[in-house]
Amino acid sequence: MNPGNDNDGKKWHELPGGGINPDAGNSLENYTGYLRRGEKPQFNPDNCINCFFCWVFCPENAIIVDGEKIAGINYDYCKGCGICVNECPVSHEPLPLIMVEEKIEL
Amino acid sequence: MYDIKNTAKGLVAHGVSTCAGCGLELIIRHILDVLGENTVIVIPPGCAALFSGYGKETALRIPGFQGNLENTAAIAAGIRAGFEVQGRHDITVLAFAGDGATVDIGIQALSGMFERGERVLYVCYDNEAYMNTGIQGSGSTPFMAATTTTPGGKPSRRKNMLEIAAAHGIPYAASASAAYIDDLKKKVEKAKNTDGPSYLHIHTPCPTGWGFDPALSVSLARAAVQTGAWVLYEIEKGKLKLNSKTTKLKPVSDYLKPQGRFKHLSDKDIQDIQQEIDEYIQVLASRSENQAVI
Repeated sequence: MNPGNDNDGKKWHELPGGGINPDAGNSLENYTGYLRRGEKPQFNPDNCINCFFCWVFCPENAIIVDGEKIAGINYDYCKGCGICVNECPVSHEPLPLIMVEEKIEL
Repeated sequence: MYDIKNTAKGLVAHGVSTCAGCGLELIIRHILDVLGENTVIVIPPGCAALFSGYGKETALRIPGFQGNLENTAAIAAGIRAGFEVQGRHDITVLAFAGDGATVDIGIQALSGMFERGERVLYVCYDNEAYMNTGIQGSGSTPFMAATTTTPGGKPSRRKNMLEIAAAHGIPYAASASAAYIDDLKKKVEKAKNTDGPSYLHIHTPCPTGWGFDPALSVSLARAAVQTGAWVLYEIEKGKLKLNSKTTKLKPVSDYLKPQGRFKHLSDKDIQDIQQEIDEYIQVLASRSENQAVI
């Protein structure tokens, strides 16, 4: 179920008036990882040059950064678009980012 | 240039239900990263309304208001007037509208706001059709692009909204692209510090509406600039400054070929589009006061 559309069982008069949402940034409960369709990016730190291209261009901001280094991918929110894999400038194997198949849980 | 934060870029939380590879989501994170917390955002219906929220869910950590399609600029001007009465000059009022809400429906409120000289930063994210309601053609849809209302290709040319905005004599108007984030951030910073109305027109690819692999989102935006289909420039107090190359451009087919909305084009159509781009680039280059940077 979409977490945005339930009102925690509250009645209309218990909700904030005027359509005001006092809880800014609560879309964190909406784990957009379910939007992936059979493929996900995989990170391998061996050849990563820490250029941060993947981090800059990730629309979902799902690239995890630890200090000044790329540390991995947040699969809770990664939608599997593949922009990070496409923008990665490293060309020698093993590539830091590759697309791998993923089993969809229904 | 980039500030590495572990949690989120800017003030946009995770968990926004935009499509995979959305150019809009990429730019709103970087724009709000530059503008900071002292910002009030006005969003009309459209894809950007996913950020102001549906149901009880919202992704933005700054105050915002979701208005109507036609009066985004008027709402922003009202909020600005309220802050001026309170003496809060430090707060940025950001209107964040799509191409339909800017080029077609909201143009009268926007024109009025420019005329009155309200200090509002108006950002138009241009995905070149009404994507949120099902890919209907807008005034910003390019020539020959297929949408659900123009299935055989749009027969007319697009409006040049940036020139319309600049013709009001506003202090700052600029075009930007989702593939050139450095350039975008500089322009947002400049627009933020402008004392008067400022307008940014940002090219944001839409994998769903344009019909391409989401992984190509950024490289396609880059191809648009490299082929001259989208030109980066800024108009500051009437003076035009080019930010992207106007010579040694790639053929426009590099940009058109990967897109499903252009797959019906014949070689002659592509030649016509190429010729139009070449002519427009010449016009811009002759008006420009500098050599291109990127």
